[in-house]
Amino acid sequence: MTRSALPGLAIATGVLIAGLLLAFTIGRYPVSLAELGHVLFAKISGHRPDASPAVESVILQVRGPRVLAAALVGAALAVAGTAFQGLFRNPLVSPDILGASSGAALGAVIGIFLSLGVLAIQGFAFVGGLLAVAAVYVIGSAVRARDPILVLVLTGVVVGALLGAGVGLVKYLADPYNQLPAMTFWLLGSLAAANASDLLPLFGPVAIGTAVLIALRWRMNVMSLPEEEARSLGVATGPLRVAIVAAATLTTSASVATAGIIGWVGLVVPHLSRSLVGPDFARLLPTAAILGGGYLLLIDTLARTAAEVEIPLGILTAVIGTPFFIWLLASMQRTWS
Amino acid sequence: MNIEGRDLTIGYPDHTVGRGLDVALSTGEVLALLGPNGGGKTTLLKTLLGLLKPKAGEVRLGDKPLDEYSVRERARFIAYVPQVHIGTFAFTVETVVLMGRTAHGNLFSRPTTHDRAVAHSVLERFGISGLANRPYTMISGGERQLVLLARALAQEPRFIVLDEPTASLDFGNQGKVMNEIQALAKSGHGVLFTTHDPNHALRAADRAYLLRDGVRITDGPAAIVLNREQLKALYQASIEQLIDKDSGAVAFLPG
Repeated sequence: MTRSALPGLAIATGVLIAGLLLAFTIGRYPVSLAELGHVLFAKISGHRPDASPAVESVILQVRGPRVLAAALVGAALAVAGTAFQGLFRNPLVSPDILGASSGAALGAVIGIFLSLGVLAIQGFAFVGGLLAVAAVYVIGSAVRARDPILVLVLTGVVVGALLGAGVGLVKYLADPYNQLPAMTFWLLGSLAAANASDLLPLFGPVAIGTAVLIALRWRMNVMSLPEEEARSLGVATGPLRVAIVAAATLTTSASVATAGIIGWVGLVVPHLSRSLVGPDFARLLPTAAILGGGYLLLIDTLARTAAEVEIPLGILTAVIGTPFFIWLLASMQRTWS
Repeated sequence: MNIEGRDLTIGYPDHTVGRGLDVALSTGEVLALLGPNGGGKTTLLKTLLGLLKPKAGEVRLGDKPLDEYSVRERARFIAYVPQVHIGTFAFTVETVVLMGRTAHGNLFSRPTTHDRAVAHSVLERFGISGLANRPYTMISGGERQLVLLARALAQEPRFIVLDEPTASLDFGNQGKVMNEIQALAKSGHGVLFTTHDPNHALRAADRAYLLRDGVRITDGPAAIVLNREQLKALYQASIEQLIDKDSGAVAFLPG
């Protein structure tokens, strides 16, 4: 290794801590660091907090679930993006490359169209994402070709377009006063509705998917080589690809189900992480998870506080992500040339 | 031990590239595979590596058919050195060489201390220990070829198969790689390489296998089968033969 992973990991952790502190303290009801410390310490130790009940409620009930959800969603998207970029040997790939986001979007708008409850909508989105990727995988594998990876990506693009048409159809049919705004809001991505009951269905899949990917970290290095090379090094690429796609899709679908469609995080954060610790997945995956959590926390805090009305997350991640990505292209070519 | 292809029909699902090919490679010898572009060299290479199933016939490794070995077992017998590529991600040279150790670990394992020791010893063998911490994407083409050779050797295989190992190298590095190929055979490996240059086959190979349009033209000891007539038949082109007056060494010029 050219360098130790520690400085990079420390920077990522610093971003996460900064994100956590800002997310808890900034907002319409400002909270001081001292108050935050008191409340969290009291919560952990079981003492009565010596902050006002209003402050306690803002920290634990209002911001707490949203902060945790932002950190988890950011981590999930970054880890999935890292995995897909390695698997497809392409640094321009993002977690929705195989249709997870479009499938989840269709599931969610159908749920809204049927006037289902929030949990059911999230369930539809989660299952929609999994089904879309499964369909892409089955179709892609059925096409006999010399380059399975390319076929998979193209199938993802095509199926994604079809699902997008489905989303368009449902929006067209939806009630323009009640359902359409809800669909639009959801499709733009937001954590405004995140509450404590979202956390377990989010944490479970994200933890499982991330654990699988981290367990396979060395094989993922080899999988980022051309197919035939990886096989000649002793890696059964077919089954391993299924495992990696399944794990990354699990984390993506869970986060899209909770927060709607948030682009760019899964594209930008893996790049940034590689420039911090290099391409070895053993250090890259944890760094991306930590940095992704911090990155989305910072952006979500901005979304809450920058304007009178809340800005949809998907819009902010695009506005920040695009110039950032161009800057990355210009300055950090070496990390993935 | 040897790798043996018997009466192979090779190709892809949609088209057949070659028929009736018999080829064998033993440990301790160097076999060069020559022929024009599109003649089936790479397809035959991939079939012998187990990356491509033969459409008919059988590849055997030792006393078993090759397809009875798992991907991982196979990688402990046969290493593949692809044509030099740059790679998508900037792994360090050490990491690239350590990837050669993958088949010696299980699905979840990381390289062990022993794996690192093996990687360092092969880097030393090729005189590139100094590159260990450099990104693979930022070294020269000749260095990359040596790194890929080192990775193959780190697999601790019995056979090493190289696809045009000299294609993108400068003159000096071509010689260096030829020497390393001979050294690999001396250390007991069976080596198979493809090349566009008959002189490289003369220099480094014990035997040569001449393949045109998926058909074997001839094979045998390199010094015997690599002559002006066979090469003319192989490439359907005029060839000039040079002979060094002092040493008797032979070389060919195209045109």
